Amino acid sequence: MALSRRQFIQIGAGGAGGAALATGLPTRWWGLDGDPTPDPRTDGDQVVASYCELCFWGCGVLAHVKDGRVTKITGNPAHPLSRGMLCPRGAGGTGLLYDPDRLQRPLLRRAKRGEDVFEEVSWDAALGKVAEGLEGVKQRHGPEALALFTHGSGGAWFKQFMKAWGSPNIGAPSYAQCRGPREAAFQLTFGTPLGSPEPLDLANARCITLIGSHLGENMHNTQVQELADALGAGAQLVVVDPRFSVAASKARYWLPIKPGTDIALLLSWIHVLLAEGLYDAAYLAEHATGLEELKAHVATSTPEWAGAITGLDPGLIRASARLIGAARPASLIHPGRHTVWYGDDTQRERAMAILVALLGSWGRRGGYVKQDKFPLAGYPHGGLPPPATRPKVDKPKGGRYPLASEVLASGLCDATRPGQSLYDLKAWMVYGCNLIQAMPDRPRLIEAIQQLELLVAVDVLPAEICGFADVVLPEATYLERDDDAWNGPWRQPFLAVRQMVVPPLYDSKPGWWIVKELAAKVGLSSHFPWKDAREYVQARLAVKGQSWEVLSTTGVLMGEPFPTCQEDGAELTLETESGKIELYSQELADLDFDPLPVFRPQEEAPPDHFRLLSGRAPLHTFGRTVNNRLLAEPYPENEVWLNADAAARLPGFERRPLEQGEKVVLVNQDGVRSTPVKVKLTQRIRTDCVFMVHGWGQTAAKQRYAFGRGASDALLTTRYKLDPIMGGTGMNVNFVRFERAPEVA
Amino acid sequence: MTARRYAMAVDTRRCVGCNACVISCKTENALPSGGFRDWIVQEVHGTFPDLTMQIRSERCNHCGDTPCVAACPTGASHVADGGVVLVSKHKCTGCKACMASCPYGARWVHPDGYVDKCTFCLHRVERGQVPACQETCPTRALTFGDLADPASEVSRLVNRRPNLVLQPGAGTRPYVFFLT
Repeated sequence: MALSRRQFIQIGAGGAGGAALATGLPTRWWGLDGDPTPDPRTDGDQVVASYCELCFWGCGVLAHVKDGRVTKITGNPAHPLSRGMLCPRGAGGTGLLYDPDRLQRPLLRRAKRGEDVFEEVSWDAALGKVAEGLEGVKQRHGPEALALFTHGSGGAWFKQFMKAWGSPNIGAPSYAQCRGPREAAFQLTFGTPLGSPEPLDLANARCITLIGSHLGENMHNTQVQELADALGAGAQLVVVDPRFSVAASKARYWLPIKPGTDIALLLSWIHVLLAEGLYDAAYLAEHATGLEELKAHVATSTPEWAGAITGLDPGLIRASARLIGAARPASLIHPGRHTVWYGDDTQRERAMAILVALLGSWGRRGGYVKQDKFPLAGYPHGGLPPPATRPKVDKPKGGRYPLASEVLASGLCDATRPGQSLYDLKAWMVYGCNLIQAMPDRPRLIEAIQQLELLVAVDVLPAEICGFADVVLPEATYLERDDDAWNGPWRQPFLAVRQMVVPPLYDSKPGWWIVKELAAKVGLSSHFPWKDAREYVQARLAVKGQSWEVLSTTGVLMGEPFPTCQEDGAELTLETESGKIELYSQELADLDFDPLPVFRPQEEAPPDHFRLLSGRAPLHTFGRTVNNRLLAEPYPENEVWLNADAAARLPGFERRPLEQGEKVVLVNQDGVRSTPVKVKLTQRIRTDCVFMVHGWGQTAAKQRYAFGRGASDALLTTRYKLDPIMGGTGMNVNFVRFERAPEVA
Repeated sequence: MTARRYAMAVDTRRCVGCNACVISCKTENALPSGGFRDWIVQEVHGTFPDLTMQIRSERCNHCGDTPCVAACPTGASHVADGGVVLVSKHKCTGCKACMASCPYGARWVHPDGYVDKCTFCLHRVERGQVPACQETCPTRALTFGDLADPASEVSRLVNRRPNLVLQPGAGTRPYVFFLT
């Protein structure tokens, strides 16, 4: 019989010798402590280099394996995005691998869509069902009637499948529901979209300005590292946020702006820079057009004008503008991420881009720098598939969104409702993105889903979208599979590999295997001639003379450094039509949009309502990590932030005011009710808005930990405002009121 | 040569409270669910919009005066190499006297019945590594080292940057310093 420590100690107190003999320990009392330094022995017998998939940043990791189990994940010091350090999510990757709720075997739906009733089947049966469904859709509606929604590195295999299949409808919510507006704005102004990771030199900035971007809570590892480095080196921080964010707490100036008025603030900052000569005149004279038009445009946009709109002290606006201007050109206006707020987001980002230009920080150290990709050969295919015959279908019938540069995921949803677009989508493959939380207007999304003839979900966990699928395909996690090599853009090109650390658990399979098997069933094997992902990657490396042996050991290979800014001797490249920075955009004017950003007021909240804002927590990536027990321990659910003074005045709560941590139900302007969520009464937010971290309130009962915890901002986002320029869905246009959550017996 | 005196400096200006230290501690030390050896505190003062916030990654302070060691009836709580306060789990009966005496709430009861706490990752330090929390910290807010060595980074930080310790009035002489 094994004795626990406590039992042993209790017995030992009565008869030390006998008990000690029974457990085989030495009899000396002090000898009980055989190991003076308690070593948990989690260092791996084997350490495998790979890159992370807990978010999209792709940091290099070292996975420690002991007795066949991954014990811990640390940062790879050789990888430029992690530099040996990881955010909590990256460190918590084992929580995903060993999540007890993981999808284990392929599933076929056995009830109405959305009722989440499934039967486990073999891979052959599941892929047979997918193949049969796809062939039927192709016969009746053409191959283009299939759309792919994708997020994450494994999606590359599924994109390849789409091309072979003959459909151009490959979309990701990361564009029209996230960073799309800024891509359009920087393209218009500088001729180049920003992409990911953004080409920012935070470490060398002397002043960093964040506008609604809460770096630090929003854990983009390398950027957070560089933000800390910059602050450590004495850089100043200006933070514009209705909430006293973590970044705001470190700022020289925090501007607690009224939500929806950012363009007014930006115009007044531009006004101050121009009026006080705090801009880079020589740089603009050489590289920019439209300065005179800009000057005329902001002539009356004084801090006093903006103060009345934004609720900010004009003195604060002026002082922050001066600080920003004084630090030029190493004065970095961060472009933000998740930029879809009010439907005028391209224009807001244009105002930010114009500011970047005035500061002369495009192409400068401490500003926006050049990045490049490690050259990597394509896989030597026998022949490319014929291109799809019909165009992408994400735009409405009559056109619109002329400057969308990627497929709109929201547009694909719309094209699934009959008669909205050039042709109708009839089948979806959804890879690693839970559209239920990602998209606004959930009823309309589900209506679109119910129109489908086939929905295939590929995921690691039983995400909400899986409940709506006809076939669910369980993918192996990133620690259990090989993937394509990755060469993201960076200031020094690099190449990173993803390799299997431990074999897949259960009956999950890597994406490359799923695609190859599916292709075989629909007669597309010739497009997937590789044996497996490793052979595929090795072939790509071999063309450029890179060694798999080296790369698989180090996990990363660095390319040649090159000049990234003017200070290093880099030329300023501007790929706009004029070859100049376009402060005034003729392109927008020709399309009947404002050529310079104009502030237009947003709708005010109905009585007793608060504007609903959402954001991130460092421990979680969207709703993807909320079931991860490790990460949920320090952050188990979201809370709704409400200003404590506003709470004291809350109508209906006069007799018994809300208490800290009490559960409330949020009801939005359309009567949609949230699940009960704890209220965080705080001084750290304005009185006219509330804030929630995105990703909770999950309805997938098979994610046992996440189910029913907190509330979903996405559920409450029944309204959105479309950005007419690029089709982004501005989602900060919903309002909520408070009700006390019913007490549950 | 003087004896080593291990200490940690926590730069509250760099720390964003992301919890990377907490998660890496959990996997490094194979802590069970519900157990933490370090944690994040956000201390907010003021009213909107005049606010300040200090963010701290906290852990056992490995005090110079150790009420936990004095309170321990079995000798399980003890001062190890470099002043690091450890609990020998083999000797611990889980009586919680040390927890009652610790002003910082730095200790918790492991489900196996013994009291557990931060060890400054002494098993790593003995191999020449830094504690796991410091290794992963993306903002490099944590600096561990030998305060008895005036040339060490931690000495440099503690001697040159304004800093405070938690509850100095408790008289325990903490060796975790919060740079302000």
